[in-house]
Amino acid sequence: MKRLVAFLRTVRTERRVRTDGGTADERSTAGRWRDSDFLQSAPFWGPPLVLMGLFVYGAIGWNFLLSLTDHSGFGRPDYTDLGLQNYWAMIQDPSIWEATRNTVVLLVVFTLACLAVGLVLAILLDREIRFGRTFRTVYLLPFALSFIVTAQFWRWMYNVNDGIINQFFGLFGLGPYNWLGDPRLVLGAVIFALVWQFSGYTMVIYLAALRSIPTAQYEAARVDGAGTFRMYRRVIVPQLRPAIVSATVVLVLFALKAFDFLYAVFDGYRPRQGSDILATKMMREGFNNSEWAYSSAIGLTLFVLSLAVIAPYLYTQYKRGNL
Amino acid sequence: MTDETVSAGRTVADERLSDRFDLTRVGLYAALVGLTIFYLIPVQSGFVTSIKTSEALINTQPFAPPGPDGATVEKWAFAFDALSRGLVNSLVFTVPATILCAVLGSMAAYGLTLVDWRGQVAVFVLFIAGIFIPYQSVVIPLTQFWSQYAMLDHRLGLVLSSHQATLLELIITHTAYGIPICTMLFRSQYKTMSWEMIEAARLDGASVSRIYRRIVLPLSIPMFAVVFIFQFTQIWNEFLFSLTLIGSVNDPAASTTLILSGLGEALEGVDYPLRMAGALITALPTLIVYLLFADKFAEGVRV
Repeated sequence: MKRLVAFLRTVRTERRVRTDGGTADERSTAGRWRDSDFLQSAPFWGPPLVLMGLFVYGAIGWNFLLSLTDHSGFGRPDYTDLGLQNYWAMIQDPSIWEATRNTVVLLVVFTLACLAVGLVLAILLDREIRFGRTFRTVYLLPFALSFIVTAQFWRWMYNVNDGIINQFFGLFGLGPYNWLGDPRLVLGAVIFALVWQFSGYTMVIYLAALRSIPTAQYEAARVDGAGTFRMYRRVIVPQLRPAIVSATVVLVLFALKAFDFLYAVFDGYRPRQGSDILATKMMREGFNNSEWAYSSAIGLTLFVLSLAVIAPYLYTQYKRGNL
Repeated sequence: MTDETVSAGRTVADERLSDRFDLTRVGLYAALVGLTIFYLIPVQSGFVTSIKTSEALINTQPFAPPGPDGATVEKWAFAFDALSRGLVNSLVFTVPATILCAVLGSMAAYGLTLVDWRGQVAVFVLFIAGIFIPYQSVVIPLTQFWSQYAMLDHRLGLVLSSHQATLLELIITHTAYGIPICTMLFRSQYKTMSWEMIEAARLDGASVSRIYRRIVLPLSIPMFAVVFIFQFTQIWNEFLFSLTLIGSVNDPAASTTLILSGLGEALEGVDYPLRMAGALITALPTLIVYLLFADKFAEGVRV
């Protein structure tokens, strides 16, 4: 493929040289510039880049500027006196550290659980079975729903007196537990619901990767007498590494910004004690307390954390020629 | 294409295996059915709860349907009344934003993939990174931009009512933030497109935009379907922009997710049957799109 591109490139330059007639005066340089692929393609990628760039990168820059002010309450921020005081305040704020701890727990447990459950689902479905497509559709269904919708379902599932979860534990003589009210249980309960919603996503990613593994490898492993479990562990799972990496990136980045579900489950900006994460803390400081500058400092911190995940990922993808 | 050959090849192997491992097969189906129950029970319980009277709510199991005298559509009617305004608003900003970011994403992907120039990967990286940025790091400037600088309701006051101006803000915002993922989806397809065909057209003297209109666009139709379906559900389900740009549940521009988030709030606690009915009504458009086009949705997720 690369060779083909290189070949076509030489074809194209030849053609250009011919039309230019070999003259190198100013006008034809300008003409060549006008004919260049860069300029001809600019009307296509330019407008989307400007719109997206302003809203994404322009807003991030503006957000950084805001985080250096002391803007709060109503009115416009004062950009004349800039400083890092909000970042200092963050370091000294114990609730930031609690939110950070919860964010890390959510991020790690949620990501690992989704990767594991998704792998089980994918392995179960990675064979010829009746209604295979129906099962896949069912497992992916929660992912197509809004967090505001699924939060309503889970509030009911976790209901102390009438919820299905407590009924289930009741079968074993346990409970009832106050899943969404007990600080020790609430984060786990939220993670469980989010894994329910996201494991179908990891399943789809794995399935695509499994389908691209040649059948010969399955058969070779069979012939060697490997059992199903061993076969997957030794032969198949190692080949899923690229899928695992890209799914991990998506899951981690989601965990960093998860807000909708927590807002809807707790009916507002304040999650129950024990489940406040940086993403909810940021939204609360801004849109509930009007501490805009402080809130944008937390927002920028979340951006930097995301960048720490995105940058290495994109770099390796670029090195492998996947971009 | 390769998918089918691979799975067809595997069928033969599996059929041979299935004779041998009948018990394993039974276990497999048991696991699959058990998982189906796990994934559906929150939705199922939500549905049976939504049609229960308050008496049936107390007297029946949360997953059991109500008896004939314990069933009512009252909550659905009430929820629909409360949400209908939001359903219309959501549709009004979701559909144009979906179309716009699909078109812009396709254009960007074409300019960055099928026209070859130096540095395009660098520009593409800017698009990709845009997929992942947390909205928390842009949402405050965004609300300030719309409310204090752009002020569409003020500037376009002669043409648009204030609630239409809010919907326009949402269309532009959702389009801008949807462009990155759409660009990536289209690029994944364009990378596999035949260079020979495009080069041949160029040698025949076709311009960059003519190639787009005559060759690339017709071949993109399947990907447009994927992007439409994926992006429609994403924008419809979105909440953070609704919450911050619309501001209040009582705003005439409130989206359906925003109204649902505060539906039937009362001092006595949450009216669960009402909430469940509201959740299902809000989910209905995305559920229909998802169930009709599950494969296309999965394709959008996968890339």
